[in-house]
Amino acid sequence: MSLLRAVARRVAAGLVVLWAAATAAYLALLAAPGNTVDSIVGDGADTPQIRAQIVTEWGLDRPPVVQYLDYLWRLAGGDLGRSYLLQRPVAEVIGEQLAPTATLAVAAAGLGVLLAVVVAVGTTGRRRRWPRRVSSAAELLLVSTPPFLIGIVLLSVLSFRYGLFPVAGDQGPAALVLPTLTLALPIAGLLAQVLRDGLDRALDEPFVLTARARGVRERAVLLRHALRHALLPTVTLAGWLFGVLLGGAVVVEQVFGRPGLGQVTLSAVTSKDMPVVLAVVTLSAAVYVLVNTAADLTCLLVDPRLRRS
Amino acid sequence: MTVTLGPTPTAGAAVPLATDPSTPAGRRRTRPRPGLLVAGAYLVLLVVAAVLPALLAPGDPLAADPRATLAAPDPAHWFGTDQLGRDVWTRVVHGAGHSLTIGLAATGIAVTGGVLLGLLAGLAHRFADETLSRSFDALSAFPLLLLALLFITVTGPGTASLLVAIGIATLPHHARVVRGQTLLVRRAGYVEQAVSFGLSRPRLVWRHVLPNVLGPVPVLAVIGLGEAVLAAAGLSFLGLGPQPPSPEWGAMLSEGRNYLQVAWWMTVLPGAAVTATVVALTVVGRHWQARFDGRRP
Repeated sequence: MSLLRAVARRVAAGLVVLWAAATAAYLALLAAPGNTVDSIVGDGADTPQIRAQIVTEWGLDRPPVVQYLDYLWRLAGGDLGRSYLLQRPVAEVIGEQLAPTATLAVAAAGLGVLLAVVVAVGTTGRRRRWPRRVSSAAELLLVSTPPFLIGIVLLSVLSFRYGLFPVAGDQGPAALVLPTLTLALPIAGLLAQVLRDGLDRALDEPFVLTARARGVRERAVLLRHALRHALLPTVTLAGWLFGVLLGGAVVVEQVFGRPGLGQVTLSAVTSKDMPVVLAVVTLSAAVYVLVNTAADLTCLLVDPRLRRS
Repeated sequence: MTVTLGPTPTAGAAVPLATDPSTPAGRRRTRPRPGLLVAGAYLVLLVVAAVLPALLAPGDPLAADPRATLAAPDPAHWFGTDQLGRDVWTRVVHGAGHSLTIGLAATGIAVTGGVLLGLLAGLAHRFADETLSRSFDALSAFPLLLLALLFITVTGPGTASLLVAIGIATLPHHARVVRGQTLLVRRAGYVEQAVSFGLSRPRLVWRHVLPNVLGPVPVLAVIGLGEAVLAAAGLSFLGLGPQPPSPEWGAMLSEGRNYLQVAWWMTVLPGAAVTATVVALTVVGRHWQARFDGRRP
């Protein structure tokens, strides 16, 4: 049962990484300057009684090891702590803002992958030199441009100059177009590069020669044979893609004034609301591990050669 | 992105990162490459701007001129002026130093830390190696921007925390590559021979392992530098880097955004400087990588 063992190995590795990430986040909390009680009191009433109450309420008088274990235990149960600033459970704060960001991320990922596949399939092969050069240059430009600049340029041309799309907010699908495009373009640029590399390599394989010799049409060779092989290295980028989407969401939501997880995170960073920042960061690490493990497992299923070792 | 290196017993001095067997390596004469030349020239210009900004823009980047605010690009101010009448060209040129310093320092942290930890992991015994490798995995599970945000929440915004944050976030990539290289090199014939000659361990690492492990590092560093400049621009755009009136590119972009409808040059031109820098670094880095792999660039 080499497949089962390989799967078990990947899952165990994922769990270890998850634990390490949670611990790293906890260490960051300890390293934060200033007293936790000060942060919780904030601008509110500050008396010794209130301070003592906070200490017992938040369990700050227990030994650090106990606090750490308690933190892990509650994290495992889905309790992300309470926001210092909003005095509400962090899970609630994040839950409310998840939908707009998830919509944006899913739309951008879909558009990015679609664009990448179309461009890569359209420009692979030795005969198409010029389309290839042009798209390579465009991809390099997109990958090298700060995402917020893409957003700003789109905004100033399409919204300010021609009034095609709303300038800010998240009312209706029209408001989703520019943020999605902003987030999708750099992703498409990088994925197209990787995908075309894979396609070029696959087209040099003997099985493509065989397929052509059988009289399979060029389009079928590309889509049915080469693309499948080329997709595999792209799947391993899924974790990276997720990170870019989430990090990009912070910037894009800021540029377009959209509500969402990015805005919550950014305001938490500026107001030093540590539990919120920690929760977002830990959560993103968890999803990253999940996505990566899933991608690894997909590769295992698709490519039997990886099951050895 | 993980770079997996198979345990092939290659005994050469330079171990290729990933050789692409599909491209013919056998063309002797290389054609002149205009793209590479332009990229190189731009980088030279950038270094001049960073070291001696007065050579390219003699003015003061902070000097305001209330008579010429938000002026469009013309021969006198060929990148235009901003809302206080400061010359955008002068600010972009003087900003090169800020952005390059942040990029170089962040990359320096990532490379130094990555080489040391990667070397340690590659040389260590199984348990220590496993522990280190899993820590690299854990660190790279945090998206770059979010890790930087977490770091900045702890230390407060500013140039120093910005560059340390980017350095730490990009460290695992370098560490992984160096670890893989170390695993290859320690199995190489010349290392075995040196061991059989009775060389002491520190001497062996210093004289034989380290120099051969460092092969792919400069290439990675050049590409990483572009990534760092991009990340720094993003973070300072969010207001978490150098604070205004400092002429840092990301901060200029952030300021210019408020005047987008009346003065596009305040945003687009510093942005173009960032893009051009990253493109130039990528072009040079890729060319170098191809040379290093023994491919036709």
